[in-house]
Amino acid sequence: MIEVTVKIINQAGLHTRPAATIVKLASKYQCDFFISRDGLNINGKSIIGVMTMAAAMGSELTLSFDGPDEKAASQEIIDYFNRGFDEL
Amino acid sequence: MRSFKKIYKEAENKIAGIAAAPGIVIGKTYLFTKEKLEINDSPITDIDEAKRNFEEALKKSKKELDKVFAIAKEKMEETRAAIFEAQVMILDDPVLLKNIESRIEKECKQPEYIVNDEISKYQELMKKSNESYMKDRANDIEDIKNRIIRNLQKKRWQSKISEGMIVVSDTLTPADTILLSRSNVQGFVTDHGGLTSHAAIISRSLNIPAVVGAHNATTKIKEGDTIIVDGFHGYILLNPSEEQIIFFKEKKQRHVDLQKGLEEYKEKKALTKDGKEIKLLANVDVSGEIDMVITCGAKGIGLYRTEQILDEVGEYPSEDEQVRIYSNLSSRIYPEPLTIRAYDIGGDKFRFLDFQEPNPFLGMRGIRLLLNNPVLFKTQIRAVLRASQNKNIMFMLPMVSTINEIHQSKGIIEQCKKELRSEKMEYDKNLKLGIMVEVPSAAVMAREFAREVDFLSIGSNDLIQYMMAVDRGNDLVSDLYQEFSPVVVRTISHIVAEAKKEHKPVSLCGEMAADTLALPLLLGLGLDSLSMSPATILYAKRIISSIEFKKAKDLAEECLSYTHEVEIVDRVERFFKDNSIFRTRNIL
Repeated sequence: MIEVTVKIINQAGLHTRPAATIVKLASKYQCDFFISRDGLNINGKSIIGVMTMAAAMGSELTLSFDGPDEKAASQEIIDYFNRGFDEL
Repeated sequence: MRSFKKIYKEAENKIAGIAAAPGIVIGKTYLFTKEKLEINDSPITDIDEAKRNFEEALKKSKKELDKVFAIAKEKMEETRAAIFEAQVMILDDPVLLKNIESRIEKECKQPEYIVNDEISKYQELMKKSNESYMKDRANDIEDIKNRIIRNLQKKRWQSKISEGMIVVSDTLTPADTILLSRSNVQGFVTDHGGLTSHAAIISRSLNIPAVVGAHNATTKIKEGDTIIVDGFHGYILLNPSEEQIIFFKEKKQRHVDLQKGLEEYKEKKALTKDGKEIKLLANVDVSGEIDMVITCGAKGIGLYRTEQILDEVGEYPSEDEQVRIYSNLSSRIYPEPLTIRAYDIGGDKFRFLDFQEPNPFLGMRGIRLLLNNPVLFKTQIRAVLRASQNKNIMFMLPMVSTINEIHQSKGIIEQCKKELRSEKMEYDKNLKLGIMVEVPSAAVMAREFAREVDFLSIGSNDLIQYMMAVDRGNDLVSDLYQEFSPVVVRTISHIVAEAKKEHKPVSLCGEMAADTLALPLLLGLGLDSLSMSPATILYAKRIISSIEFKKAKDLAEECLSYTHEVEIVDRVERFFKDNSIFRTRNIL
């Protein structure tokens, strides 16, 4: 299992468009993918869950990946967070 | 001709809201109320049939939403239409669907009951958030929930309305907005929602005038009422008088006429007939407006009001956060300049401060507050410096009233530079520093102040307020707020002349710059640049292109000799007529 903490760095936060992209990226992989913050733990392949995260700029999320392709999945998704959802 | 100000001051039938999408419409209303869904929570016997029904309802909903998505893509930019993609994805959400199905099996209740219960749980979470956009999102999800339930109940969607109505509703989901727009809807009015609600964003993309956040509009407006929606100013006039209708019809026609041929000015410089260029810059409140700045052909950002970040972020942003915001803006606008104004907090813009002043406008605001809060000020200065690597950032101090304030600020800036050097951080060593001239003391001392800095920017709103000692928000005296007062004209002339003696450029970034009537006068007074709302820039370019700089100078010269405001206004209006310039006053 891979667990990483990421910070939301784009100004609009984790809004609808990046939420959709994250779910699309995650769905390509077999491994389980969870996002947690402040005691809320949601399945990263669930769009309604990711939308509920309410993560504004500056908030920190813990991402966990568990499964055979966890390495590739984590690389792609963490990179997407680090790029500020391509909005920087 | 009456001004908007006057019309609204006298109107007793106005409803105030937020101007969400520009334009004026006059028409009959259609009260858009969602039928309240009755949720049947009775037990079921045939689980397989219930699951089949659920699947069919999903399929049906998906078909509907795909259609909405397609219309959206056709009518809006792809990125905007992406709002719907997420909604379509909800119908495929593995976690949500699995939960619903297993609950149908376990609880043996109607699928509509389970769907309602399950999706509402997420909505509750969203509503608990402090972020206003999350509340808007809960509203979007309402649409999905109701759509599935309606399809489970095999009811038909009623979105057909008579053509050409103004839709009045408590809220509007993105899908409502899109579908209603197909019935040639003229305008939108909603009780709830802000500038960033999806309905507002969509109205703007579709070019349908909208006023949102109009509180109890739906309780005041009845179906079939005639209303005027002013999407420029954020007002609704309910059952308008003949006079109001004539006024707004004229404005509307004028706006249509004015928009013709505007596009061609996008790529052009703001040149007078005799070849004098005046730089037109954009005022930016929130960083999201940058797209508009780029598409309106501005020569840069003349005023970025950083205090709005506090609203966007909800607290004082850290240095790193600010660096990101400023760098982003600077790169987007590059190679044009970005003028960042230090936080102008205080006065009417009290937010995170918990002290009360008897006279806030004359109290702790602008540079005074920053110098009193060195940590806050330093964080911002360091962020501006760190973001200045493209070398197109300029920094501006608000409400300077003494030379000492400039000296102190420069001292802090030097200190920050020193710190950054020792931390091996890059910054623009020649970062330009300017001040806002918005109080009489700075205007009088313009030359000495100009000597200390790289540029001056006149903030006409505050300057007029302090010169005339008038609070324009106070109805009893707001008539004294006169843009064309001889005092204002002479003061601007003095500031420009004094700054020129020090070879420093002067810009004007108040509302006066956006008043097209004032353009020839400001041009003639010798301002180097004007900063205004992005939406006004193309109009201003067109007017400037039909002015002769020589004549504008004569006009300004003449206006400097007048004693009364009315003389100046008459003279300027005559200038437009004599030179057959088509103009608008306060259209935007």
